[in-house]
Amino acid sequence: MASGNRSQSVQGLTLISPPLAYALLVMAAPLLTILAYSFLKDGYLTVVREFTLENYRAVWTDPIVRTIMLRSLGVAALVTLVTVVLAFPVAYFLSFVVSPSRKSMWLFLITIPFWTSYLIRVFLWKVILGYNGVVNSGLKTLGIIEQPLSFLLYNVNSMVITLAHAYAPFAILPIFIALEKIDRSLLEAGRDLGESRAMTFWRVTLPLAMPGVVAAALIVFIPTIGDYVTPALIGGGKIPMIANLIQSQMLDLDNRPLGSALAVTAMLIVAVFSLIFVALNRRFLKVRQ
Amino acid sequence: MKGGGLRAYAILYLLFLYAPILLLPIFAFNSGTVIAFPLKGFTTQWFAQMVGNDSMRRALGNSLTIAVCASIFATCLGIFAARASTRFEFPAKGPIMGLIMLPLVLPEIIVSISLLVVLLSLGVKLNILTVILGHTLICMPYATVILSTAFNSLDRSLEEAAYDLGETKWSAFRLVILPLVMPGIISSLLMSFTISLDEFIIAFFLAGNEPTLPTYIFSQLRFPKQIPTIMALGTVLVVMSIILLTIAEYFRRRGIAKTGAKDTGGFL
Repeated sequence: MASGNRSQSVQGLTLISPPLAYALLVMAAPLLTILAYSFLKDGYLTVVREFTLENYRAVWTDPIVRTIMLRSLGVAALVTLVTVVLAFPVAYFLSFVVSPSRKSMWLFLITIPFWTSYLIRVFLWKVILGYNGVVNSGLKTLGIIEQPLSFLLYNVNSMVITLAHAYAPFAILPIFIALEKIDRSLLEAGRDLGESRAMTFWRVTLPLAMPGVVAAALIVFIPTIGDYVTPALIGGGKIPMIANLIQSQMLDLDNRPLGSALAVTAMLIVAVFSLIFVALNRRFLKVRQ
Repeated sequence: MKGGGLRAYAILYLLFLYAPILLLPIFAFNSGTVIAFPLKGFTTQWFAQMVGNDSMRRALGNSLTIAVCASIFATCLGIFAARASTRFEFPAKGPIMGLIMLPLVLPEIIVSISLLVVLLSLGVKLNILTVILGHTLICMPYATVILSTAFNSLDRSLEEAAYDLGETKWSAFRLVILPLVMPGIISSLLMSFTISLDEFIIAFFLAGNEPTLPTYIFSQLRFPKQIPTIMALGTVLVVMSIILLTIAEYFRRRGIAKTGAKDTGGFL
């Protein structure tokens, strides 16, 4: 039997090696290069091979970097909150109300907008929210407003709306999957033991759905914080987020070590926040049990 | 009807999801040059302009080449990953699969910038090949997920029956397994094609001077005169995506029906 297991391992490893090699070459190696660059010195148009922590010092003390980093975190946190809160009732509806035969149709309808061009969707929000955009011109035609509303475009609110729209399906699916896994007899038990409908939801459904909520939050938070298109288009380039900063350091200013240090810092911050979030949730679950 | 309030909310939510996409064709057929209400009149001139535009045709050609190559490469790599993870146990399976799925959650800006830095320092010339490299990487996790569902719903006794009837490993794979997972393969190809066709960040950084449709659109957004044509192009792209996805979904369901498994719905 041992030899059977061994041949299983060999066969499995042989099969997995092409995709693994691809991921290592095209993703892991470049990421390690960035990590190495972040500890090197910047010469004019070249990288000097000399170890230094100067880049990190520069990144961590620069007030502009701090502002942009905090803004990225704030926008990402707000987008995550909005998407998850708005998505939960939809996921609940899909899991508990929609009849099983129609579930895949609903899921399909929800995922379609996600698969259509991200760039075009972001641009459309600019068209919708703009000074002479769809909302303003529509409201003017209807005679509701006289002057265009100027608070709609080129600010953090409009970025939050756009991003929340872009990542909505991402939030629904994990919550839906968690809700689907809940054993329905637990809910009946809750009701039989005299809990009200609301209390059953609060004490049974919600804790059991938490893993899905955490997954949804992470899956929205991580790409949002690294978003490049929305600040460039909706923010009008005037309210950059961390991705725009990395791009300008790396390419426009050609300071690769500093840009690398920025990228590594951003990844570290995302990782730390994700871990805190998962840990908090674990604690929350333990208390409730 | 059950869950009245929730149902109303879900329908409103769907409307919010679809609002921008529904506006796209409205303005693509509107004869006014500014994207605003009230609408002027019906026209198809933006579509005609789009077809007559040379650089747009070049961008389309590039995008199609990239999408075809990336979807084939990603699906081939996905077949390996899905087969290995559903059929075999091997050491460090979790971390290895995690690494393969990582592009799903890694911000694209990090993937593309790090790849760009490496390619530039190696002295590689940026062209559509470098975009294919990047797109294959980000399509691979999606292909793996879709194909894993297909391989997972396989009944292993079918494969064993083939061995008992004297087939070799390869011929059993070709004659029994491949036809059963074929719907999954088609679904994965279409899905990766759609992702690659719409992908912007990687194409933006890795394409050099070659335009793809999304980067072409991005470059034209600064010129107000071009916006109606872009709306027409956007309409075509969205309609194409929806058709491809519907076919992908059809094959995914057929694959599940073929192996007799229960449909759990959804791509992810």
